[in-house]
Amino acid sequence: MAVTSFRRPVTSFRRPLLHTCYTQDTQIFPTWQQKASCFAFIAVLVLLPFDIPVISQIPVIRFLGDEDWLHPVTETLVFAIAALGLNILSGVAGQVSLGHAFFMGVGACTAAYLGGNPTDVTWGHSLPVWVWLPLSGLSAAIIGMVVAPVAIRLRGLYLAVATLGLVFLGIHLSYTSWGRKIAGVPEQGRRAPSLDIRIWKDDRTLLNLEDDSRWLWFDVSDQQKRYLFFLMITVALAFISKNLIRTRTGRALQAIRDRDIAASVMGVHELRYKLVAFGLSSFYGGIAGALFVCLSGDTGRVLVQQFDLFMSVELIAILLIGGVGTTAGPLIGAFFVLLTPKFVEKSTQWLEKAEDSTFGFLSRAILTEGDDFGVINTSVQTPGWSLSVYDWNVVFYGVLIVVFLIVEPLGLVGIWTRIRNYWKQWPFSY
Amino acid sequence: MTGLMAKLIAKRKMMTSLKPLKLTSMLASPTKMIKTACVTALASFSLFFAVFQLATSSDVFISTSLKALGLGSIYALIALGYALIFKATQTINFAQGALASAGALFLTFLVADEHIPFTTIDNPINLIGGPAWVGWALNVAVALIFAAALGLVVEVVAIRPMVGQPLFAVAVITLGLEIVLRVFNNDATETTFRSLETPWGASSFNVGETSVSWSSIAAIVTAAIAFVSVYLFYRSQFGIAMRAVAFDQEAAMAQGVNVGQVFAVAWCIGSVLAAVGGIFATQPPVSRNFAVTADTANIAFRALPAVILGGLDSVTGALVGGIIVGIAEVFAGQYASQHNEWLGSGYQLIVPYVVMLIGLLVKPYGLFGTPEIRRV
Repeated sequence: MAVTSFRRPVTSFRRPLLHTCYTQDTQIFPTWQQKASCFAFIAVLVLLPFDIPVISQIPVIRFLGDEDWLHPVTETLVFAIAALGLNILSGVAGQVSLGHAFFMGVGACTAAYLGGNPTDVTWGHSLPVWVWLPLSGLSAAIIGMVVAPVAIRLRGLYLAVATLGLVFLGIHLSYTSWGRKIAGVPEQGRRAPSLDIRIWKDDRTLLNLEDDSRWLWFDVSDQQKRYLFFLMITVALAFISKNLIRTRTGRALQAIRDRDIAASVMGVHELRYKLVAFGLSSFYGGIAGALFVCLSGDTGRVLVQQFDLFMSVELIAILLIGGVGTTAGPLIGAFFVLLTPKFVEKSTQWLEKAEDSTFGFLSRAILTEGDDFGVINTSVQTPGWSLSVYDWNVVFYGVLIVVFLIVEPLGLVGIWTRIRNYWKQWPFSY
Repeated sequence: MTGLMAKLIAKRKMMTSLKPLKLTSMLASPTKMIKTACVTALASFSLFFAVFQLATSSDVFISTSLKALGLGSIYALIALGYALIFKATQTINFAQGALASAGALFLTFLVADEHIPFTTIDNPINLIGGPAWVGWALNVAVALIFAAALGLVVEVVAIRPMVGQPLFAVAVITLGLEIVLRVFNNDATETTFRSLETPWGASSFNVGETSVSWSSIAAIVTAAIAFVSVYLFYRSQFGIAMRAVAFDQEAAMAQGVNVGQVFAVAWCIGSVLAAVGGIFATQPPVSRNFAVTADTANIAFRALPAVILGGLDSVTGALVGGIIVGIAEVFAGQYASQHNEWLGSGYQLIVPYVVMLIGLLVKPYGLFGTPEIRRV
């Protein structure tokens, strides 16, 4: 076999599964078709917010690029980054963590501290984005590596609850006298740092990310600019994480996941690689947290209370619904978990408007104002039975977690793989 | 079956028995020396602190101790639920908070709204005469039956299909259930005030110049009853079957134990204990609402450090962990309140988690937990 690894790779259009050397076997894109479709997909994502004649008519693109859809889509990118980080820790290295929201919070607080403006109740350094964004990742990574030696002693559910403790601890730390200086007044928070790109604190703004402007032939709003900026970071981090899995480090992490004692017998330094896993995953979390507070531009606020258990569960849900241990999983999962509620909400609004049209029977059957038989309550106050659409979204999301774990543990990626394999062999069963 | 059980119990006792304390083994290695030094320092500090406080202001110390024991008992009750469910189905039930809240809500439906939960039928118990506490006790019994039924439904719908799946997957399922159940609980509590009447109400008694609410004493008594009955239950035939399942599912099955039934009963008992904890969570040592609110469900997350500290699969651990965590929380709240500014208000709610993290550093499987034996 040693000889084959030195052979020139044989590429064959008709036999895409024929690998003649290891480099070929571990490629990110085994075939040029996959490479092309991936880059085409990224290109479409870049063009998503713009009103380009043909592309903006593609069914899904048509509404995802809209003004009111762009905010959730941008949020999806942030959660995708965080879930990619969690995937490195839980999916690749096999260390379950309920504390990823804590690392996001650390990133958010670092961003607020370095990038925010000083006021009489908060500290701040008004540094530009190219300083605070990497540093917020780094600070989270350092704290992650501080936690790792503790976590290495714990396994399974003990580790899960210990990391859950971090979430409660982190939220409480923002109530202390110095935590308040960083995170702002409890429940009110402080202003989010500015995303504008400038060389140093008070220099001229090189690239304005918080105002509408005109690029080439397009009017770009601040939301669209933020989307593009976040997309750039997401794509870069996704490639890094995909690359990580096929390196020496990635293989070591997977060995620890599969059987840690066996891995250490084979010479994988357990503590070192767990440190790496915690550090990297927290780095992703920190970046995601810093970007999360910037989602709404200059109206956004840093609210530490948002980085709670619910957000940790949301990240785990993204991972489980998307597919654990894969790079595509967190991306698809984030898209599915974050946009489904928005979709349900929008459909309810559409049904409300469509009461007198052809689909009026649907509207009358599903919607209610609390007085008749119906599932979704559309009135403002919804006491008792018939929940509002927001409550239904939360229920739906919980049920989704349960159903996916019971029915499809491999997640959406698993479903996709099964469909692909079916058509690959069709019409033969194996 | 008894022969096998005797062997299993003997083996388990051998594995978990406390070794006699010997100075030579306590100072055998640097880590052990550090551990011994820390434990000795902590014990002597607590002893000194207790003696000093008793000598100077005994009223405050005694009332704080009673409050601490009350809170510790509530934690121990919920921790017992966690432990029983973990022993049977090898999973932490993260939905315990929602079950606690739901159980307390069932009681408010019966007591405050005076109708049977989920229906508009009047509650027949309120028509019975006699002293008020008899009717209340009957109402509690009915509410607990509903809670048990809810636990059973959860087990059958979501946990039973997951037998043999990875442990963490099952734990995440319970997280999903928590999210779903919480929506319904919050929907019930957000607009109407769900008051929960208890015979002792808000009354309290005096210790010197400080007062202790009767609900703390009620919690201590309830926890004592619960632990004694679980102890007795474990000696019954079905209790032995439960322990056999906890020890080795397949071996128990081969001996004719109905494992599914054991799972169901464990979830029912866990849910009932959660409901009792939820009822106490509306009373003084925890909160002063005397009503079920959205915060009631958080009692389970506050009790989680107790069961982790004690060891997930140990009933003794649940009791000891609960008491330790309760004492740490109440004493920190009482005696460190002058540092409120830099510790942040509400710091005592974090103390259980800090105690748990420190405890896990020393004993990664809790104080009484069984270490997981791993093969290469």
